[in-house]
Amino acid sequence: MGNWSRFNIASIVLGFGFLYLPIVLLVIFSFNESKLVTVWAGFSTKWYAQLWHNQALLDAAWVTIRVALISATCATVLGTLAALALVRYTRFRGRMLFSGMVYAPLVMPEVITGLSLLLLFVAIGLDRGFWTITLAHITFTMCFVAVVVQSRLLSFDQSIEEAALDLGATPVRTFFAITLPVIAPAVFSGWVLAFTLSLDDLVISSFTTGPGATTLPMKIYSQVRLGVTPEINAICTILIGIVAIGVIVASVVTKQREAQRERDERAAFAQ
Amino acid sequence: MARVASALFSRLVIIIPYAWLLFFFLIPFFIVFRISLSQTAVAMPPYTPVFDLFGGLSGIMEKAREFSLDNYVWLTEDVLYFNAYVSSVIIAGISTILTLMIAYPVAYGMAKAPKSIRPTLLMLVILPFWTSFLIRVYAWIAILKPEGLLNQFLMSINVIDQPLIILNTNWAIYIGIVYSYLPFMVLPIYSSLEKMDHTLTEAALDLGCTPFAAFWQVTFPLSLAGVVAGCLLVFIPAVGEFVIPDLLGGSETLMIGKTLWNEFNANRDWPVSSAVATILLLILVIPIVFFQNAQAKADGEGR
Amino acid sequence: MKSLGSIRRSFAPWADPASKPFISVKNVTKKFGDFTAVDDLSLNIYTREFFALLGASGCGKSTLLRMLAGFEQPTSGEIILDGQSLAGIPPYRRPVNMMFQSYALFPHMTVETNIAFGLKQDGMPKADIAERVGQMLKLVKLEKFAKRKPHQLSGGQRQRVALARSLAKRPKVLLLDEPLGALDKKLREETQFELMDLQQELGLTFVVVTHDQEEAMTMADRIAVMSHGKVVQVATPAEIYEAPNSRFVADFIGDVNIFDGAVSAAENGYLRIETGDGFPIRMASPEKPAVGAKAAVAIRPEKIRVTRQPPAHAPVNAVEGEIWDIGYLGDMTVFHIRLKDGRVVKASSLNAVRAVEDPFGYDQQVWISFGEDAGVVLKD
Repeated sequence: MGNWSRFNIASIVLGFGFLYLPIVLLVIFSFNESKLVTVWAGFSTKWYAQLWHNQALLDAAWVTIRVALISATCATVLGTLAALALVRYTRFRGRMLFSGMVYAPLVMPEVITGLSLLLLFVAIGLDRGFWTITLAHITFTMCFVAVVVQSRLLSFDQSIEEAALDLGATPVRTFFAITLPVIAPAVFSGWVLAFTLSLDDLVISSFTTGPGATTLPMKIYSQVRLGVTPEINAICTILIGIVAIGVIVASVVTKQREAQRERDERAAFAQ
Repeated sequence: MARVASALFSRLVIIIPYAWLLFFFLIPFFIVFRISLSQTAVAMPPYTPVFDLFGGLSGIMEKAREFSLDNYVWLTEDVLYFNAYVSSVIIAGISTILTLMIAYPVAYGMAKAPKSIRPTLLMLVILPFWTSFLIRVYAWIAILKPEGLLNQFLMSINVIDQPLIILNTNWAIYIGIVYSYLPFMVLPIYSSLEKMDHTLTEAALDLGCTPFAAFWQVTFPLSLAGVVAGCLLVFIPAVGEFVIPDLLGGSETLMIGKTLWNEFNANRDWPVSSAVATILLLILVIPIVFFQNAQAKADGEGR
Repeated sequence: MKSLGSIRRSFAPWADPASKPFISVKNVTKKFGDFTAVDDLSLNIYTREFFALLGASGCGKSTLLRMLAGFEQPTSGEIILDGQSLAGIPPYRRPVNMMFQSYALFPHMTVETNIAFGLKQDGMPKADIAERVGQMLKLVKLEKFAKRKPHQLSGGQRQRVALARSLAKRPKVLLLDEPLGALDKKLREETQFELMDLQQELGLTFVVVTHDQEEAMTMADRIAVMSHGKVVQVATPAEIYEAPNSRFVADFIGDVNIFDGAVSAAENGYLRIETGDGFPIRMASPEKPAVGAKAAVAIRPEKIRVTRQPPAHAPVNAVEGEIWDIGYLGDMTVFHIRLKDGRVVKASSLNAVRAVEDPFGYDQQVWISFGEDAGVVLKD
């Protein structure tokens, strides 16, 4: 798109600086010797060492990971089905309501979702705790999965499914042999998205939790309310590191795959 | 046999997610509404049930007499709630405009970037979205504090000699919202700019437009769909935001998400918090429907 | 004996009342909401025929093909294949296969597994599948590419994989949806003949959908010209070109000049028509309309002669004009000649020699003329 002017470069640099500077500062001060997170007093990793002795924190992390694994997996199944229903079945009774229910949670304030789910769990007499958090997370993350998978399905060449039917595969077989393998990357990124959303969630978890089920964000939140400490910076740095490594590895892999594909295509046409 | 399985399969594709969302998303709203009509009680759960879900019709008729609008009357009598709603909408609105003003040039620069580096830029915009919301808000506390990094920096270069008070003011909330929601604004605008045919701008220039006029008359109108989607993605959740006003805002900052949380957790008044949630939902229904229509339209174009 | 289009055909089951159609489309209508895509359409297609459905986009040809494949169900009417109604039979139970316009190759499978896909669905033993896949690869000359994935192939190779895959199950009928649409012109012309040879060799029935008239003319035994969900004419390519049954077909296939007028006399196989362009036409016609009836004469550009002097039969079948435009195409030259009343007539002449003594130039006064069987009289 035309030439890249100085103004364009400046706005990108400033925009990205704004996005990344706070995170970078947070990471830097996690290695601060002093207890103050605003005054640099020398390099230290003691806050990381301290984390390993904080049993409550480790317990919370373990709860969070279990909730995220289970809810992301269920949300991926439900979200993929929802995306299929939205893209493939353009006419069924109540479709308007259905698409509304898929899109609304994307923007619904978390306090409303959290409160309404809590009142549901109370109304049906479900004991609050690990499983209620998991159910709540499935519900709000499945809609994000649905949107990710849906956008892949919309660019999907439906004639390959017709070709499978034409060659004698039943619709069910067509789905498992053709559709699912082709949309698998989108389904996988849907899963990753659901996983990280679940990992991050504070508000909905706080509403739907019960005794004994404290997630890491809830733990971090209660400590933040008491004040800013390098120890929190250290947890945050670890979490950021995990996510950053995951995302960077994934994007490098896809980039290499795409480059390979481009080379293949060029080679094919050069024949 | 296979045909029966196929018919069943296509039925289930719709029914399973539909039933899930009905039960876990839609029905809870009705429960919220019902409880907003009941009385506060010192018990667990802390409200008198308006009716038992399994109490049968006679139970419902009997309990119907106990419906009360007391909670809503309470909300209108206390000006605090009204102010909280208004200031939530105003804060969300100002933040949305600020986000747009920052996001548009970034998205525009990304769309004009050489094709080879666009995927990298896109990844860099999405990356913060994957990191915890809470962490990103927390990071700003250390920056905005009176003895924080921003003030240290500004004082060291002699721009100011008294620390600026930013934390615990509305400015901190604006910064927090803009920062947290920036990717939601950049992405839709970028995608609408990126798929735009750049020969359109060239045609406008060729027909005698200045670059500035070409931008306002051609590029910007064509990116409006992305702008609208981005604004709704920022505005709607921002109105009900809790974490940002709680951590960055001051005690006098009124935002309805925070009010609801306090009503629920501190005062344990479930019926009133349900009424607060019901009214918040009513305020947001119009932008949400707008958002859904925009989404459905975008899907239609993708076909 | 004179024959239209100067081709002798030995294969013509449609002309034989004793032969039974292999595919019979009976009064089929297909509606999408208010839109009628296919309108009360009937057709017969015979065994081993290469049949083309030709029409502009939106004429219903693809919908008809998709109903044959089973992706769409007729709103009313019936399709019979080999004596059996196809009503209610899903695509995966039909003995027909389709080659898709986009080729629809499975991106996550190799060439080999793409071709084997249909055979696996039938539960064919592994050894037989391998053998059949080998045959198919040989047939389309892709033995060396068996392990490649679709994105590692060129456009022409992908087209051949799609063909091999749809032929692997030995369907009774092969449906081809714009099979050559994605290829460049040169490759397309080569592939047209390859497809014809393949169809001959395998003895299959082919139904091809195309919007490219040249492609249909080259490959098909018969062409059905479609418009607005109806078949306008079904005939051999030569008949379609030389004896179109309507103004639509005459205009749709190739270039044509149409002279409108009224019949002034009809005698022993010839009509005399007074045209609105100020000259009479005498034209052979099997029909015998009433005197005074409206009629139009369609004459192809290559059947119009351009001369400096008026022909002997002038003013019948001849009129004076001025050369308005000349287009040199290499193999032939196209003239646009402007008559006195302002209408422009197209004439073309083959460039049989490299250099012409005293060629025509712009603005030159000339005569155009044609023979008494050069055109066809259209009723509407």
